[in-house]
Amino acid sequence: MKPPAFGYAAPRSVEEALAVLADLGHDGKVLAGGQSLIPLLSMRLTAPHTLVDINRIPGLADVTVAEDGSVIVGALVRHAELLAHAQAFEALPLLRRATSNVAHATVRNRGTTCGSVAHADPSGEMTAILAITGGSVQIAAAGRRTRDVGAREFFLGPLESCLGPGELAVSVRFGAPAPRSGSAFLELARRQGDYAMCGVAVTVTLDDSAEVTTVRAAYLSVGPVPDVHDLTAPVAGQRYSTADWRAAGELAASLVEPEGDLHASADYRRRLVSVLTERALPLAAADAVARTQVAA
Amino acid sequence: MTTKLFGEPIARREDARLIVGKGRYLDDIGHGALGVAFVRSPHANARILDIDVSAAVEVAGVHAIYSYEDLDGAMAQPLPVLIPHPSLTAPRTGYPLANGSVSHVGEPIVMVVADDRYLAEDAAERIVVDYEFRTPVVGVEAAERADSAVHEDIPDNVAARLVQEFGDVDAALLQAPHTVSFTQTIERSASMPLEGKGVHARWDAVDESLRVYTSTQTSTSVRAAIATKLDLSLDRVEVIAPDVGGGFGVKIVHPWPEELLIPWAAIRLGREVKWAEDRREHFVSSAHERGQLQRITAGYDDEGRLLALDAHILHDHGAYTPYGIVVPIITSTQLLGPYRLANYRCQVDSVYTNTVIVTPYRGAGRPQGCFAMERTMDRVADDLGLDRAAVREINLIRADEFPWDNHLIFQDGRPLIYDSGDYPSMLDKLRDLVGWEGFEARRSAAAADGRWLGIGMALYVEGTGVGPYEGGHVQVLPSGKVLVSTGLTSQGQGHETAFAQIVAEELGVPIEDIEVHTGDTRRFAYAVGTFASRAAVMSGNAVALAARAVREKALRIAAEVLEVDAADLDIVDGVVGVRGDPGAVLPLSSVAVLSNPLRYAFDEASRAATQFARFASDDQPPVADDDEPGLEGRDYYSPVRSTFASGAHAVIVEVDPGTCAVTIEKYAVVHDCGRLINPRIVEGQIHGGVAQGVGGALYEVMAYDETGQLQNASFMDFLMPYVSEVPQRIDIGHQETPSPLNPLGIKGAGEAGVIPGSAAIAAALEDALGIRITSMPLGPSQIYDLIRAAQDGTAEMTLNSARRSQEEST
Repeated sequence: MKPPAFGYAAPRSVEEALAVLADLGHDGKVLAGGQSLIPLLSMRLTAPHTLVDINRIPGLADVTVAEDGSVIVGALVRHAELLAHAQAFEALPLLRRATSNVAHATVRNRGTTCGSVAHADPSGEMTAILAITGGSVQIAAAGRRTRDVGAREFFLGPLESCLGPGELAVSVRFGAPAPRSGSAFLELARRQGDYAMCGVAVTVTLDDSAEVTTVRAAYLSVGPVPDVHDLTAPVAGQRYSTADWRAAGELAASLVEPEGDLHASADYRRRLVSVLTERALPLAAADAVARTQVAA
Repeated sequence: MTTKLFGEPIARREDARLIVGKGRYLDDIGHGALGVAFVRSPHANARILDIDVSAAVEVAGVHAIYSYEDLDGAMAQPLPVLIPHPSLTAPRTGYPLANGSVSHVGEPIVMVVADDRYLAEDAAERIVVDYEFRTPVVGVEAAERADSAVHEDIPDNVAARLVQEFGDVDAALLQAPHTVSFTQTIERSASMPLEGKGVHARWDAVDESLRVYTSTQTSTSVRAAIATKLDLSLDRVEVIAPDVGGGFGVKIVHPWPEELLIPWAAIRLGREVKWAEDRREHFVSSAHERGQLQRITAGYDDEGRLLALDAHILHDHGAYTPYGIVVPIITSTQLLGPYRLANYRCQVDSVYTNTVIVTPYRGAGRPQGCFAMERTMDRVADDLGLDRAAVREINLIRADEFPWDNHLIFQDGRPLIYDSGDYPSMLDKLRDLVGWEGFEARRSAAAADGRWLGIGMALYVEGTGVGPYEGGHVQVLPSGKVLVSTGLTSQGQGHETAFAQIVAEELGVPIEDIEVHTGDTRRFAYAVGTFASRAAVMSGNAVALAARAVREKALRIAAEVLEVDAADLDIVDGVVGVRGDPGAVLPLSSVAVLSNPLRYAFDEASRAATQFARFASDDQPPVADDDEPGLEGRDYYSPVRSTFASGAHAVIVEVDPGTCAVTIEKYAVVHDCGRLINPRIVEGQIHGGVAQGVGGALYEVMAYDETGQLQNASFMDFLMPYVSEVPQRIDIGHQETPSPLNPLGIKGAGEAGVIPGSAAIAAALEDALGIRITSMPLGPSQIYDLIRAAQDGTAEMTLNSARRSQEEST
C-alpha cells in the first residue's frame, strides 16, 4: 500500500493554484485535508499525475457568517474548526450537529469541510447538510469569474461532482435557516464514527401558532446524491407537539431508493429512514420552538 | 520481610516506553534495507500458466524478481506441517512462492526486491500472471458437498476427521427423556494485530551469520526453521522478536513464507532486506479462525441434567493445514466446559476451502466449543422452562471432585484432566455480579416501556500453560542489576512487569533493579513460544525456579563470608542479612563480585568485595568442581500436563426496537486463573479479551463472496470494535483456586476474556428478542431480518417467549 510516484505542486495563492490546475487539466488533483485522497493513493485506486497542495494558500481558512445568516466555509477550514465555531453554530446549529458525526477527532482535525463536499460521497454528513440548507459551492477557475453552484447541480452521483479539470472549490456556503424553523440530525453507523448506514438531516418550520408548515429531510447513505425530500403533507397544519411524525417517516421511506451493502440491506436502510426521520422530526420541531418566538 | 510484589496490581513497567514512541517495532529497524513487495494471487483457485516479468525488470531500482523456479534446496519443498496428527490424513501446505497453482486469494506468487517498497510495488504491478481458473470452494457446506475440490487429489475436501468420544452416546440419546437437535454457525474472524507481520534480515558474509528480526510469537522456532530451510548451521542464525504490536495467535504460525524468503534473498543479494506486511496483505495472506457449522444433539432429563451430547462440526480450515488440527482438537475437548458428562461424541470434519488458512486466534477453537455447549444449555432450559443458570448449576462439576478426568486427550497430547477449580462458587458470584435474580422483573418493566432487554451467560474452562517447557535465566551483575531472560516472546502481555514481580519476590530484590528480556535467541536459545495462555505459567515458573537457584547460591556464598549458617540468612531489598543481627549484611552486588574469583578491581564494587576475599584452601581450585563462576541460575519448567483456568461471563443487552441497534448495558466476568501475579494485568487481559469477544459477537465477519474474494479486506469494512463499542465498564470478580501442578500455583489468563463472548451475547439477544439465535455475529441489519421473519411467522421463537406472552395475557 504505497502510492506510485506523483508530481507535487504547492501554490501560494489562489491565482497560482488556478494557473497550475489549468495547466494540468485532467492530470491535477487538489490536496486539502487528504483524508480520502491519501488512502485512495496508497491503495493505488487513483493515480493522479500531480497533487496540487492548497494548504499553503492564505485566506482559505475562514468561517464567515454572512448577513443573511448563511455560513461560508473556506476550502482549508477543518471539520474540527467548524465544529468549534460559536457563531457558525449559533447561525446554523445543524452544522455542528452534523459535523460532530464526521468520523473521529483525528480525521476532523485534518479533513476539510469543503473537501468533504467536493468528494461528493453520499455517505458524507456535509453533503446532506449542504443539500438541505440549500447551500452552494463556490468554484473558481483561471480566467473566469467564480461561479456559485447549488447543491442540486453540484452533486452528480456517488463520488462525482460537477467540478471539472482546472477548477477549485474555494468555499462552500450553507444556507441560512428559515424563520421559525428548527433542525435535527441523527445517524446510525455500525460503529461510532463510521460511515452511517443511514443518517438524516431534517428541518421543521412552524407557523406562529406552532403548527407545522414545512418539513424537509435529506439523507446520508441512501441514494447516489443527497436529495432533499418534502415530508410536509402528512403533518401540514398539525400542532408540533402532536404531529403524526410516524406518517412523515413512512412517507420518507416510500420516497427513497436505498441500496444494500455489507453492513445494511436495502430494506433495513429503508427502515432506518423511517425510524430516524420519525425520531428526528420532533427534535427539530422542539428546536424551532426553542429558537424562535413561536408560541409553544 | 521482602516487600510483597507477587499478587500486587503494580503498573506495567513497559508502558511508558511504548506509549511515548520509544518502542522498536519491526518497521523501525533497517531503514536502509531493500524493500519487498509480493505479487499475490487475485484468484481463489487457479493454475498458473505463465508469469511475465519483462515489464517489471525495467523498473529502475529493482534488484531481483523471484518466483518458484528460483527457489532451491529445501526452499523448493512444501512448507512444513508443524503439528502432524493421526487424524490429519490429508495435510496440505503451500510453498514459499506458489508452485504452479494457487488455492486462495492472497497466496504469494512472485517476490520483488527493490530499493524501497514503493518501487517494489511499481514493479509488482507490471508483472502479468496467466491463470487457468478452477471452481473455487467457499464455505464449509460447499466443501462438504465436494462438487469441486480445493486440492485435486483430495476430492472430498476433508483434511482431517477427528472423533473424540467417551461413554455410549447413541444408547444414552435413545434412553434420554428429552432430546434436542439443532444446527448453528459461527463466522470467521481473525487475530488482526495492529502491527502486521514483518521480517528484516541481514547476512554477514565474513562471519557467515544471519540475523533476522521478525514480528513473531516464537523466535526460537523461526530460527530453527530458517536454519533448516536455508541449510545453515543453527549457531549461524540468530532470531530476535523486537517489540511486537500484538499477535493473538497469527504470529505463532511459522515459518511464514516471508520468514524464509526475506533471509533467503538477503543472503543471495548480500544486502539487508525488509518486508513489513500491510493491512491489505494481512487480510488475505495471514490467517483467520473461528468459522464452524455445528450440528448438535443433546439428551437430558427432567431437571436439565445433560445425559449425552453428540456434536458434528464442520470446521473451515482454509486452503492449507500448516499448523495441523490444533483448533479442531481444542474445540472438541474444551466444548465440555465445566460440566459433568457421561456420554460424549464430537466429530470434527476439518474441510479445505479456497480461503485464507485457518490457525489459532486468541481462544483457538474454545469460543466455538463454548458456543456449542452453552447454547445447548440454553436450549435445555428453554425446552424445560427452567432457569438457564439453574440448568448450568445442576450440571457443574463440584468443587470436591478435582482432579476431574474427562477421559480425552488434550492439545498437548496429555490427558484432559482438570486440576482444580470451584465452578459452583464461580456461578454464584456471577449471578450476584450481574443481578441475575432480579433481572426478569427489570426485563418485563422495560418491555412495558417498549425497551427490549435481555440477559445471557456463558461458562468456560480453558486449558492453559501447555508444555513441553520454558526456561528462565537469572543473573545478578556486580552492579546489582538483575537480568532475567526467557526465550518466549512478548506481544503486549506485560512480561517485563509480571516476570520481574516473580523474580523480585523470589530473590528479594527491588523490582527497579530487574531487567527482563524475552524472545531473543542470543540470550536464551531454548523456548517454545507465547501462545495458549502459557507464558505466565511456563516462563513464570521457570524464572521463579532460576531465581531460587540464584538465591540458594547467593546465600551459600554469603554464609561463607559472614560465617553463619545459610539457613539464618535472608535477602531483603537486594541485601543479604543475618536474621536478628542488623549489623551483618552483604549486598547482593558484592555477592555477585565474590561469585567470580577473577576479580580485577575495575570499580568500587570490586574493590569493596575484595575485603571479603578469602583464599581457597591450597588443595581446592578457585572454582569448585560442582560450581561455576558468576551469580546466575538457569532452570526449566516442564509441566506434566496443562492447568485448567475457568470463568463465567454474563451480559445484559438492549435492542432498540426501531433501529435494531444493540447496546451492551452490563458485562460481568468472574475469572479464575489460580494465583494472580498481577491483578491489574489480568484485568487488562480480560478487558482486551472481552473487546475481542464483543467484536466476534456483534461486528466481525470475513465477507467472502462465492468466488472466494474477501469483500471487506480493510479496516473500513472489517469492523473491529472501537473503544466506543466495548462496554464502558466490565465488572470483574476474581476467584483464586491455585493450580497444584506448578510451584507458583498459577494458571493462564491470556485467552480467557474472549471465549464466552459470542455464546453469552447470543443468549442475551435471544432473551431480548424471543427469537432463536443460531448464527453469530449479528448486526442490526440481521436483527431486523430476524424480527421481520418473526412477524411473518418464519422465524423460530423461543418457548420462553411464548410463556412470557401467555403470562402477560393472563
